[in-house]
Amino acid sequence: MKSLLSYTALVAGLSTLSPAFAQTEVQFWHAMAGEMGQRVEKLASDFNASQKDFKVVAVYKGTYPEVMTGAIAAFRAKQPPHIVQVFEVGTATMMSAKGAIYPVHELMKEQSAPFDATAYLPAVSGYYSDVKGNMLSFPFNSSTPILYYNKDLFKKAGLDPEAAPKTFADLEAYAKKLQAAGVPCGFTTEWPSYMQFENFSAYHNQPISTKENGLAGLDAELKLNGPVQVKHLQNLVDWQKTKVFDYGGRGDSSKPKFFSGECAMTVSSAAARLGIVTNMKAEVGMALLPYYADVQGAPQNSIIGGASLWVLRGQKPADYKGVAQFFAYLSKPEVQAWWHQETGYLPITTASYELSRSQGFYDRNPGTDVAVKEINLNPPTENSKGLRLGNFVQIRAVIEEEIENALQGKKTPQQALDAAVTRGNELLRQFQKSNS
Amino acid sequence: MRGKRVTFPGMAVPAILLAPQLAVTFVFFVWPAIQSLRSALFRQDAFGMSEEFVFLDNFIKLFAEPDYGQAFGLTLFFALATTVLSMGLALLFAVLADGVVKGAAIYKSLLTWPYAVAPAIAGVLWWFLFNPTIGIFSRALAAIGIDWNHHLNSGQALALVIIASAWKQLSYNFLFFLAGLQTIPKSLLEAAALDGADGFVRFRKIVLPLLMPTTFFLIVTNLVYAFCDTFAVIHATTGGGPGTATTTLIFKIYRDGFESLDLGGSAAQSVILMLLVGTLTIIQFRYIERNIHY
Amino acid sequence: MSSTRFRIVASHAALIIGTALMILPVYMAFVASTHDLSRSLTGLPLWPGAHLIDNYGQVLGEGMRSYGLPPIGPMLFNSFVVALAITFGKIAVSILSGFAITYFQFPFRILAFWIIFATMMLPVEVRILPTYEVVAGFGMLDSYTGLSLPLIASATATFLFRQVFMTVPDELTEAARIDGAGPWRFLWWILIPMSRTNIAALFVITFIYGWNQYLWPLLMTKDVSYYTVIMGIQRMARASDFQPQWHLVMATVILALLPPVIVVAAMQKQFVKGLFETEK
Repeated sequence: MKSLLSYTALVAGLSTLSPAFAQTEVQFWHAMAGEMGQRVEKLASDFNASQKDFKVVAVYKGTYPEVMTGAIAAFRAKQPPHIVQVFEVGTATMMSAKGAIYPVHELMKEQSAPFDATAYLPAVSGYYSDVKGNMLSFPFNSSTPILYYNKDLFKKAGLDPEAAPKTFADLEAYAKKLQAAGVPCGFTTEWPSYMQFENFSAYHNQPISTKENGLAGLDAELKLNGPVQVKHLQNLVDWQKTKVFDYGGRGDSSKPKFFSGECAMTVSSAAARLGIVTNMKAEVGMALLPYYADVQGAPQNSIIGGASLWVLRGQKPADYKGVAQFFAYLSKPEVQAWWHQETGYLPITTASYELSRSQGFYDRNPGTDVAVKEINLNPPTENSKGLRLGNFVQIRAVIEEEIENALQGKKTPQQALDAAVTRGNELLRQFQKSNS
Repeated sequence: MRGKRVTFPGMAVPAILLAPQLAVTFVFFVWPAIQSLRSALFRQDAFGMSEEFVFLDNFIKLFAEPDYGQAFGLTLFFALATTVLSMGLALLFAVLADGVVKGAAIYKSLLTWPYAVAPAIAGVLWWFLFNPTIGIFSRALAAIGIDWNHHLNSGQALALVIIASAWKQLSYNFLFFLAGLQTIPKSLLEAAALDGADGFVRFRKIVLPLLMPTTFFLIVTNLVYAFCDTFAVIHATTGGGPGTATTTLIFKIYRDGFESLDLGGSAAQSVILMLLVGTLTIIQFRYIERNIHY
Repeated sequence: MSSTRFRIVASHAALIIGTALMILPVYMAFVASTHDLSRSLTGLPLWPGAHLIDNYGQVLGEGMRSYGLPPIGPMLFNSFVVALAITFGKIAVSILSGFAITYFQFPFRILAFWIIFATMMLPVEVRILPTYEVVAGFGMLDSYTGLSLPLIASATATFLFRQVFMTVPDELTEAARIDGAGPWRFLWWILIPMSRTNIAALFVITFIYGWNQYLWPLLMTKDVSYYTVIMGIQRMARASDFQPQWHLVMATVILALLPPVIVVAAMQKQFVKGLFETEK
């Protein structure tokens, strides 16, 4: 035992000796598994090759919740990473941790790095800024839900493969035609709360909560039980009975339904495009989300999901210059455009969108610009700027529990959404108390 | 707790012997455990920048939640069902494998090695098998007219997590029963057979009583497993849903504490789970103490 | 006669069905690892496909690189080091403490016992964050010591040894004492050899426990050179916004299963004996 310990101590000692030249290391913890992770690492290594003073080390630390919890544990142990990638539902928690985070606008100013917050699309920068418009975290991988449809099945059902359904009425009619042609199910969805209720509300210009969906203060209250949302849930419940809609579970667990051709349409992240196109034998079309034509203001614009980069305090002051330089590097249009084209995430600066267009990317890859059009459909209202609520991991779980209760017939849609609002508001008050 | 009748003298030697175990336990277990239990009495933000003593607030809030009582009942049912299923099948397989001559070794090793599968991987495997669209089991069920969708059907979801959790523990139970069976003297069974007792009577009158200590030990171990070690499987297959149909206590602790960073609330839940598990362990220990004759 | 025959046939039938169902999950993982990705996404057949060499070749070769992972060899090596360190550490500290609480009378004996006992009651998820702070404070992040040391305290193993020692006849101890053997010699020359099979049983349980760790190594490491193979699998499978390459994930699952399965298979006999052999 003793010799084993001393041996491992020796190994550990040796490994800390080797990289002993004058570069400053910047730790960047992320949640990008699979091949996305390799792209993140390429961003870091390209940056490292572009200058000599800093070395960004990109480290995969698990799923989004695991990365966030890991970074917080490291902060509490006084060994925080410089940069941590946090998913959108964690934004409120990060933002409330005043002394722990180094707001990006301050960082860029104090380290005198070139940075122009207005270069970012308003639908993106609004999400990560405080009430005064100061950007607190650095937008990184943003996505938004869009409609995917199986063109081969459309042809089989005698539908025009180039004409996607625009409204929910179209969607229902198409689904019935597809079913008549032998397709078992019309459409399904991923991330039920995020796509069918949060985004759905924004897209129909309905509030998710008061206080501009939480962007304007911690005292927000949920509003998800409005008539438009209740009607939508009622429709989903009715459609479930005939499989016009078929529920496939939380997260992205419904994916096989679309991949296998069981469902002809699905609502999924714009960033899922590459995986869908490369792994499906059928031809796939992409289109804007469907909406209810009778709701005034619809379609408004969709809101983003994904993650942003937060800077944590507690490291050596000199290191933060490296963080600022890395962010400046990431803001370059050509870097942004590369990231957007390689991953399918949104082009988050106007310049990178223009660059991708002039490079002919959207012409070569039809459908890739749907998501950009969708988030820019109209100037955002207070219902569609974004969403920032505390304890949102739990709240989202509560919403999905209640949706499932309604789909199983255990509660009426109104009862289910009322319960989601009551339970969610309790969680919001709890968060407000621990963070004020 | 008893020690030996004949012992060695001295204090220094036992102190040295215990030092490594106690040091590791104190530093990596007792101290962190006190830290996390302490937070049950506080309201704290995730980063630990501020905290406020709230005494029993976290507990009161917990019991005010209608869902918590439900999670409690669900956990008991889940634990019992998992234990009965896993132990029942393990006992059946152990008795059968012990009784056959040909191929016994093959059965024994094949039934044993699922024990080696990591919980994190077991979840992924069962996700695959019961996926409503592509799973081999759901397709087989569809062929006999059962529409399997555990995302929408609470009963099916509960069945899935019970089956998957029982599977993970079955090999372990099988090994213990097999070991228990092998300590039963064959002469005893042969004598009973000569007296005309048929297989089932022999099993009930001789084998089962002799297996009681093993069975008892396994009941407690399985219950503790179901209470504490099943979150990986639930996480990967149902995610606690649909509704709260598979949100067991440990899953809720994990989700509230590790994912949502509600440290106070999750610590309060841990205290309650700890009382439950602690009681079970003490019962088990008392029983072992009483039933082993030296 | 025919009823005995029927019973044998029925036994085999039940065993074959039971065994088949037990290994089905792992078998299906193997099947997935021999097809291309699209088969996994649209429904697998029951029989293996033609991509076995392709898939395993990718996993054993350059395939891991595209996930930002080190090659599988070093990851397996790390899993081995960690599993073995935990195993030997756990067995060593448990023998010593089991010996202390059975063969000595000293103040605080009961207290020491209960402190060790308490470790059984709190699941690891609950105390993982404060434990992390302790380990970080010792500067043991990103080290084999940090990966293994916090996991070697064990009530179960201590009790197992205590149980075993309780069944050792007192005459042996008396004889040893008459011969002038001290506690250390008694432990080394009498008790440890007598507990061989129990040690073997514990070896299997602990090796698998160590090999299968996930959450702890994930929190503990930020240097990929300390990645274990279970962490590698999770990184391949839990992609956000990307299609996991199930055929490669499953090939890695099968490879990662081989070492613990070999340990279980090789030590099965001793394992079964060691759990129960308390009558000497």
